[in-house]
Amino acid sequence: MDFVAALAEALGRAATLLPQDVVQALRRAWAREEGPAKVQLEAILRNVEMAGAGRLPICQDTGTPTFFVRFGLDFPHLKELVSALPEAVRRATQEVPLRPNTVHPFTGKNPGDNTGRYIPAVTWDPMPGDSAEIHVLPKGGGSENCCLLKMLAPGVGLKGIKEAVVEHVVACGGLPCPPTIVGVGIGGGADLALKLGKLALLRPLGQRHPEPEVAALEAELEELLNASGVGPMGLGGRTTVLAVHVEYAHRHPASLPLGIAVQCWAHRRATVRIGPDRSITVSQ
Amino acid sequence: MERVLTTPIAEGEARALRAGDVFYLTGLLITARDEAHRKALERGAPLPLEGLAIFHCGPVVQRKGDSWEVVAAGPTTSARMELFEAEFLRRFRPRVIVGKGGMGEKTLQALAEVGAVYAHFTGGAGVLAAQAIRRVRDVFWLEELGIPEAIWVFEVERFGPLVVAMDAHGRSLYKDLSAQVERNLEAIRARIRGT
Repeated sequence: MDFVAALAEALGRAATLLPQDVVQALRRAWAREEGPAKVQLEAILRNVEMAGAGRLPICQDTGTPTFFVRFGLDFPHLKELVSALPEAVRRATQEVPLRPNTVHPFTGKNPGDNTGRYIPAVTWDPMPGDSAEIHVLPKGGGSENCCLLKMLAPGVGLKGIKEAVVEHVVACGGLPCPPTIVGVGIGGGADLALKLGKLALLRPLGQRHPEPEVAALEAELEELLNASGVGPMGLGGRTTVLAVHVEYAHRHPASLPLGIAVQCWAHRRATVRIGPDRSITVSQ
Repeated sequence: MERVLTTPIAEGEARALRAGDVFYLTGLLITARDEAHRKALERGAPLPLEGLAIFHCGPVVQRKGDSWEVVAAGPTTSARMELFEAEFLRRFRPRVIVGKGGMGEKTLQALAEVGAVYAHFTGGAGVLAAQAIRRVRDVFWLEELGIPEAIWVFEVERFGPLVVAMDAHGRSLYKDLSAQVERNLEAIRARIRGT
């Protein structure tokens, strides 16, 4: 399989098959809900099943194509990979199909193939080794509109962070299609805080941050948010979030940046791994 | 027993629905997002809408010969249409607005005046929606507005589940819930500050 075919396959899988950890979390939510909340989760689970069986996009908003690439410093196929990313987006847009979602902010013109200036959005992170990992995270507009950057005063501390996350996610109500997955980025500069929030979304549900203090914050934020009563689709219920993931960076003494990346229940992701010998695996 | 409403829906049928009711829709469901609302208010609607259902949706569609096939068609965020919906309801008199996330006071008031409801369809459930669409009867303003923003006329059968989230009697599940959530939030704030 060439890179374009593998990446297009990953985009297609992400759009049509919900990862098992997310499906399991939705099933557990269904089991504990009642009334309108249960009706919503039932519709969600039926939809996921039908999308998977027919290989159809789970949601009509197939998102902005976004890649997070970790490439080995000795990975020999970087040049080919760089050009394969937009090509794979074009192919997947035709084949899956994906909704053409790239609009020129001045003219309103849509090129129709999900590419454009800076799009697909790609983050390149070098790592040791000779292979590459490409994470696909197509994110819908409804949840992306609920992302937030807040530059907190460092004096507010951890309590201030908790309060800001809870206030914001609760204020979003049903808009990001809850139950959501919330990625929280703490520290860095403004851009890094939001980037860390997005990276936090790549971690499978149920997997905590390896550092106990961070893991404890994740668990506490989940509990606090689920006590809000916003519920599935903002119609009330016990499950407002499926998970909260936290990542952090060191910060400037004067700054406490907080990046909140909100992801809808249709948490679509897939990963392509490429070895130095061009061996390829696509997984979710 | 599942309640099914068939278009054209009479004013009395819409007024009989109460916030929290669940129903399914059969008949004509017409998509309209931001641009379609704006344009309809400027130039008039391209088809009579009285008694029909409006859907806040930009579908994924595929051309199949002379016709269109709908691949996925879940709702978009309705709040953006708050700018237009009250006037749209008064002028074109649809009986059901289908969307997600709820709408504001101006729409709630217009729903009561006209005798219409706002019904919530599960966000993201694009395939579930598409399988209830039997046929694309027509499409308007496709050239000018593009696929997501065009007006699509869907023939639907048992489209749902739809939850009446805002009824014709001034009740809104979102308003009721936000009072409850605000009380919960007070308790959560106290817990955070106390720890």
